Amino acid sequence: MSNANAITILYFASLGDALGLSEERFSQASLPADVASLRAQLAARDAKWAAALSSTNLRCAVNQSLAKPEHPLCWGDEVAFFPPVTGG
Amino acid sequence: MIRVQQADFDVAGEYRNLQQHGLAGAIVTFSGLVRDFAGDTSERFFLQHYPGMTESVLNKIVSQAQSRWPLLAVTVIHRVGHLQAGDQIVFVGVSSAHRKSAFAACEYIIDLLKTEAPFWKKEGRQWVDAKQSDQAAADRWLTADDS
Repeated sequence: MSNANAITILYFASLGDALGLSEERFSQASLPADVASLRAQLAARDAKWAAALSSTNLRCAVNQSLAKPEHPLCWGDEVAFFPPVTGG
Repeated sequence: MIRVQQADFDVAGEYRNLQQHGLAGAIVTFSGLVRDFAGDTSERFFLQHYPGMTESVLNKIVSQAQSRWPLLAVTVIHRVGHLQAGDQIVFVGVSSAHRKSAFAACEYIIDLLKTEAPFWKKEGRQWVDAKQSDQAAADRWLTADDS
């Protein structure tokens, strides 16, 4: 399967539970410019998404490396959103 | 060596592996266990992780430790999936020529693991919140970079 014009998005831990979703294939006509833009589009879906994505301490990784809100996106990227980690 | 696994681990066996490195004058090991939580022992404890990113973050932490201290061998094991109170959850073992570097590197690795490696704990139905004290422990090493 080609990743053309799609981004894989992963949601972990409490965020995944709040959304009732752990993974999706995000596909639309235009590419979100950066992480912040993608997050804003997801938050605009409905009140549940807006609430879940409103947390200020939410982390993001692009292609499995921590990424800042201004990190640019490409089709085919794997983007993950998650709360602060609690292993060990 | 870095392993992320559901299975339990054997500290004695891991210690012997670290001992294989002939020049070691010191081995320091840390084992983390699942604490007894929230009274109800029938509640399950669950560990989620981000496969792929977990391994790359752990590799980075171990590389950073190896560049700061003269280490002979490093073992990091972290369990995932369903666990119970009292179970072993994480192992860090470090061998070095001298104890100071072995102690410091072992503490560095577990402190950074707790704030950077993408693992999340769930106690019963409740996801565990990150602790400020864990972040402070990791920050202590990062600010020491300038010394």
